[in-house]
Amino acid sequence: MIENYLIHILILIGIYIILAVSLNIALGYTGLLNLGHIAFFGIGAYTSAILTREGIPFILALIISCIIAGCFGFLLVWITKRLKGDYLALATLGFSFLIYSLMLNLSSITNGPLGISGISRPNIFGYFLKSNFEFLLFVIFIAIISCMIMYAIIKSPFGRLLHATRDDELGLRVLGKNTIKIKYKAMIISSLFAGLAGSLFAHYNGYIDPTSFMLNSIIFIFTIVIVGGIASFKGSIIATFILFIIPELLRFFAIPSHVLGPTRQIIYALILIGILLFKPKGLFGRIDLE
Amino acid sequence: MILKIECLTKRFGGIHAVKDCSLEIEREKITAIIGPNGSGKTTLFNLISKLLKSNDGHIHFNGKNITKLKDYEISKSGISRTFQDVRLFRNLTIKDHLEISLSNSDESIFKSLFKDKPNNAERIDRILKLVHLKKPLNTLVTDLSYGQRKLLDLAMAIAKPHSLLLLDEPVAGVNPVLREEIKEIIKNLNKNKGTILLIEHDMNFVMDLADYIFVMDAGKIIAHGEPAEIQSNKKVLEAYLGD
Ligand SMILES: Nc1ncnc2c1ncn2[C@@H]1O[C@H](COP(=O)(O)OP(=O)(O)OP(=O)(O)O)[C@@H](O)[C@H]1O
Ligand SMILES: [Mg+2]
Repeated sequence: MIENYLIHILILIGIYIILAVSLNIALGYTGLLNLGHIAFFGIGAYTSAILTREGIPFILALIISCIIAGCFGFLLVWITKRLKGDYLALATLGFSFLIYSLMLNLSSITNGPLGISGISRPNIFGYFLKSNFEFLLFVIFIAIISCMIMYAIIKSPFGRLLHATRDDELGLRVLGKNTIKIKYKAMIISSLFAGLAGSLFAHYNGYIDPTSFMLNSIIFIFTIVIVGGIASFKGSIIATFILFIIPELLRFFAIPSHVLGPTRQIIYALILIGILLFKPKGLFGRIDLE
Repeated sequence: MILKIECLTKRFGGIHAVKDCSLEIEREKITAIIGPNGSGKTTLFNLISKLLKSNDGHIHFNGKNITKLKDYEISKSGISRTFQDVRLFRNLTIKDHLEISLSNSDESIFKSLFKDKPNNAERIDRILKLVHLKKPLNTLVTDLSYGQRKLLDLAMAIAKPHSLLLLDEPVAGVNPVLREEIKEIIKNLNKNKGTILLIEHDMNFVMDLADYIFVMDAGKIIAHGEPAEIQSNKKVLEAYLGD
């Protein structure tokens, strides 16, 4: 059914908008080359799946997922606070691998490579979101609230400090600002919302395994942010739509299903390279990086 | 006395960039540090603002030992500075720069979202007038000329709450007209009870501006005194002519 299919895509778009915008807070606004964002997404997904499996109500599990992901965000800055640029990218990539291998190897709680299945649909104060349509409404609601909060933050005086941290950290310290503290705050916000997106993802899919939170996914969300534009709020949202819809158009060509996955990866890679070559600021970005 | 430096030393590998420097800066005075290229003037500023860690020595500011403070803590304690090579935030506007400078806090997110923002429009306007920067507030700094950037950098240092202003070559590379303007700005700041320590390697510029002068050469303070004394000091002339 075409509507069901549309609803499915829209739910994923809603979840990925939260994920992409939150990555943009760290990567675009604060200038932290963070390749660990997908790990926060995974941490949120696993936390929520495990907690609801143990009988914790969905809403509480969702909140705890955000908090746990936020704690890991804090931890990541604590470990990497002296690093910049390429070194930070490598260290955060290492963090992604670390979390991935924990998901894979802490079998007693994560069920290892088999993943966790049978994750319950959200139950909101006694109301089950059984249909995908209801789930979509819930995702839209959460995505709008999340975007409003993140938008308010980046437009506030604190948001101005994020831009300044990215543009010239030392210059900002000389103006009396503790830039390490600013980075902690930025990363905690960023990871908290990634955890939220992860929780939604787990409860929508009903099944998660470590492969959803690996390199492919890192490249995908980076592509969204870069296509939309570094530090462009609108850009991240629109690019999420574009990057979900373009590969779906492939379905109209009679491409055999077993090459669909690789074709999609190739398309993302081509889009990423094309943007980097011809429009390095992204579709809506105005930020000028050194 | 607002700033007291004792036996400050900084080595870069084998080079003694600053060697056993001691000096005292008086309140509400304009003090200048002069010296040939590479004599260690900027390094001394970087040590005061803790962008560099000294190998030896102490710095007291307003009666407090600030030697062990971090760079941003020193700034918060009341030392403003400019840079020889102007540092600005390339994606921010003039207004953003001054808003950031005017506030002496890290901006808690919560307050940032829910408390009324302070209305700084008037203060920003006053500071821009003071430095004669006539540009729309929403101008990106990448659209400013070299001289205008220099003025904005100065405006930021003035806007940041401070009791001591460090200026590293405030007129380097600017045209003669602007040079005189900046001289007047500095004089005005001082008239309003500002304490200023400035670096300049052109001796003539500081002669009618500074109340007191320190001369550096090869990392050491080789002379200090009032402008007239410095002008006739043999060691100073040698340092400059030998350059
Ligand atoms: N970060 C650094 N690493 C190594 N050497 C340095 C560093 N900074 C300065 N130096 C050296 O220390 C010495 C003093 O440099 P400094 O920049 O303090 O001089 P200056 O008096 O400000 O000169 P100018 O008038 O050209 O600005 C020079 O020999 C310089 O090469
Ligand atoms: Mg210098």
